[in-house]
Amino acid sequence: MGDQRIKNIILEIISVVAPDAEITDVKADVRLRDQLDLDSMDFLDIVMELRKRYKIEIPKEEYPELATLDSCAAYLGPKLAAVPA
Amino acid sequence: MVADRLRDIKSHYDVIIIGSGLAGLTSANCLAKCGRSVLQLEQHYNFGGMATWFRRKGGHIFDISLHGFPIGMIKSCRKYWTKEISESIVQLKGIRFDNPQFQLKTTFDRQDFTRILVEEFGVAEETVEAFFDAARGMDFYDDQSMTTRELFEKFFPGRSDVVRMLMEPIAYANGSTLDDPAISYGIVFSNFMSKGVYIFRGGTDKLIYMMRQELKANGVDVRKQVLVDRIVVEEGKVRGVMANGQFISCGAVLSNANLKTTIDKLVGHDQLTPEFVEQAKAVRLNNSSCQVFIGIREGETLENIGDLLFTSVDPEFDSVRLCAKDVTSRTFSMYYPDTRPGSDRYAVVSSTNANWDDWAHLSEEDYQKEKKHLIETTITALEKYIPDVRKKIDHVEAATPRTFYHYTHQAMGATFGTKFEGLQVSMDLPKQVHGLFHAGSVGIIMSGWLGAINYGVIVANEVDSLCNEDSKSKGRLAS
Repeated sequence: MGDQRIKNIILEIISVVAPDAEITDVKADVRLRDQLDLDSMDFLDIVMELRKRYKIEIPKEEYPELATLDSCAAYLGPKLAAVPA
Repeated sequence: MVADRLRDIKSHYDVIIIGSGLAGLTSANCLAKCGRSVLQLEQHYNFGGMATWFRRKGGHIFDISLHGFPIGMIKSCRKYWTKEISESIVQLKGIRFDNPQFQLKTTFDRQDFTRILVEEFGVAEETVEAFFDAARGMDFYDDQSMTTRELFEKFFPGRSDVVRMLMEPIAYANGSTLDDPAISYGIVFSNFMSKGVYIFRGGTDKLIYMMRQELKANGVDVRKQVLVDRIVVEEGKVRGVMANGQFISCGAVLSNANLKTTIDKLVGHDQLTPEFVEQAKAVRLNNSSCQVFIGIREGETLENIGDLLFTSVDPEFDSVRLCAKDVTSRTFSMYYPDTRPGSDRYAVVSSTNANWDDWAHLSEEDYQKEKKHLIETTITALEKYIPDVRKKIDHVEAATPRTFYHYTHQAMGATFGTKFEGLQVSMDLPKQVHGLFHAGSVGIIMSGWLGAINYGVIVANEVDSLCNEDSKSKGRLAS
């Protein structure tokens, strides 16, 4: 799965778990938390949604890997590669 | 003949949830939405745990859990329940304090507290801002050695009036005291006292009804009047539960029962390491409560005296006296007809914090006498605000720590879960037994309606992760 596609997936999930978040102009290298009004419960929802959709596990201690869109793409790339298309 | 509460039960569920407090209900909904098969078992005939209600002859309906929660409920209800539920949450604007140190009315938000502290209490604005910022900056992982008392002493030395305004509502909301860790105060304060107090329009009965409809729509199998006797564990793994004398198999159990009840009675110490048992034994429960429910006769009205009244005749705020059987401090929750649109009824619920030991060991005769005394003194206290209330009362009754124990099975009638250390024990339980989880009011910060709902989601995530791993390993075995 390409980086851009992963970033789009994350943005789409954010629009579901935090409908008020303004996701049209998100910078890929800036922490999502600093650009959008996301709290720790929102990040938990992102983790749950990724598991529901792609059956991937993100251990608690690796949640910080989801800080920016770039880090999401780098971290989730290998995990999503194993997901059947 | 006793109805078979387990009729048409399936032989196996992914998850069985014991109890239906707000944490249990919310985790059930989350797990069902994740595609798990969920069975929820409640021992009482009503759902909601402490977030519940009861009816009495004469058209009276009383909410039990003190009505008032932080703004975060709107977001959590929208995310984990429904838009309709979140849209029924409205702000209570008439919050009053009346005690020997001050009388004031507040909208209960940071701006208004700042105004009061600066203009009426004469505190420097920088100090107030610094206090709010310090409270907001506090985190679960911060130093736990500072107490709430020390936090107040640092910012407002010698100001027992300031301490009272900032502490009294929190003590009623979660049973915390000045000796609990400052971080537990900071986290709750920032949530609870920054943007107002909110309630569910329609009453707790409507909220729980809407939640049940949603659980039904998402396929949760919900049963009431089913008492779980024990959680069946074999070789360190959850196998199921014994309930109403019947074994029901499952992959995971999420206990929304009291933490101590879960560990001591439902699981049993033989399934746990001695170190963990010791750690669990050291967990202190929070205090219990007394409430007086006052129903106003049909056709009578009450003038609006505010929504939530924090009253006290104590000279200063005192965590010990706040729980004393000789009550000096009460919260009055006023229920005007607009609490339940369509109804024309008025009710008042008085809540006080209380100790289990003061009530548990009374003889039946003394117990009834003490309850009468509690009712009588409560009505007298209310007359200060509504002078003619006595003749308008149609129904009145009292609940004590014994009442809460009877209906919720919470150890020692605890109405606010456990002290801070309970959170770690609750979170560590899954490491002891594969497939065993706990969610409910623990550690002060995961207490109250919002804390319980959010903790339910956090634990549901852990349960869902385990279900995912277990199904993966089963898949590997099969192939």
